[in-house]
Amino acid sequence: MAVESLGPKNVVITAKLDKLVSWGRRWSFWPMTFGLACCAIEMMSTAASRFDLARIGAEVFRPSPRHSDVMIVAGTLSKKMAPVLRRLYDQMPNPKWVISMGSCANSGGVFDTYSVVQGVDLIVPVDIYVPGCPPTPETLYDAFLKLQNKLRMGGSLDA
Amino acid sequence: MLDTKVVDSLKAKFKDSIVEVSESCGDSIIKVELSSLHDVLKFLHSDLSFDYLLFLTAVDYPKREGKRFDVVYQLRSTATFDEVRIKAEVADGEDVESASDIWGCAIGDECETYDMFGIKYINNSELRRAFMPDDWNGYPLRKEYPLKGDDFSDRYLDKYLPNGQRHKIEHTRMP
Repeated sequence: MAVESLGPKNVVITAKLDKLVSWGRRWSFWPMTFGLACCAIEMMSTAASRFDLARIGAEVFRPSPRHSDVMIVAGTLSKKMAPVLRRLYDQMPNPKWVISMGSCANSGGVFDTYSVVQGVDLIVPVDIYVPGCPPTPETLYDAFLKLQNKLRMGGSLDA
Repeated sequence: MLDTKVVDSLKAKFKDSIVEVSESCGDSIIKVELSSLHDVLKFLHSDLSFDYLLFLTAVDYPKREGKRFDVVYQLRSTATFDEVRIKAEVADGEDVESASDIWGCAIGDECETYDMFGIKYINNSELRRAFMPDDWNGYPLRKEYPLKGDDFSDRYLDKYLPNGQRHKIEHTRMP
């Protein structure tokens, strides 16, 4: 990236396009509202004023998958819900990322039973796993920073 | 302890169909025949003012001789604050008459009991599975149902997630 001056009032910034697009994307994540269990309470808390996800531009929780680019799977995924999760994921426009939040979403957690999917990575590809039962808002915040870092490192248009 | 008046009036009205009266932790438990269960519930509601159905469920006793399930009704009277528990034995595949014409809230609990135990309630207008998917096989709260699922539950998602959308095998049972 370079800054060139063409006189007193004209400043031109040159950059690679994919770096610029990646910069725009990583400071304006639009998460999808996908609260499945108690982790959703922590997710709401992260977005609310005390922890304030708006500080990194990710506060716009969308009610529709077609508006969003990050899916936070917050909670226990049952087998009844699994086809719905996959369907919503397929409806999200590219590029898209998945954050698996909490023990249940990571591995089924304590619910090693007939009706619970043993990890959402069986159903959709996961970018960031957030440990905890439930994870604290700081931990989810860190997941967003990690995801930003992933985009910064990748920085490609087809991320 | 329940007022003995309730038990006495039940005994007077349904002499032959009361199997057993017992007490546990201060609760009176009255076991009745399945054939007169609906009449007993109706009598308790209309004549003895048990106007509130706390819950309705079932218990599985797979090793018991005779009938396998107990259906359980916990009733409360908002006039006298008495509580009483009504039980009846049900065999596998036997139908139970719905209590939803007496207490409307029984509809939901009967769906739940049907889902988990496979006990069918006749005259319930909305009997369907409450928690499990409609095309699920088996009744999870029966004692013989394996905790970590059977072959059906392993293969259940294949129907909905074709084209290799699942990344690895799902169950965690030891082979």
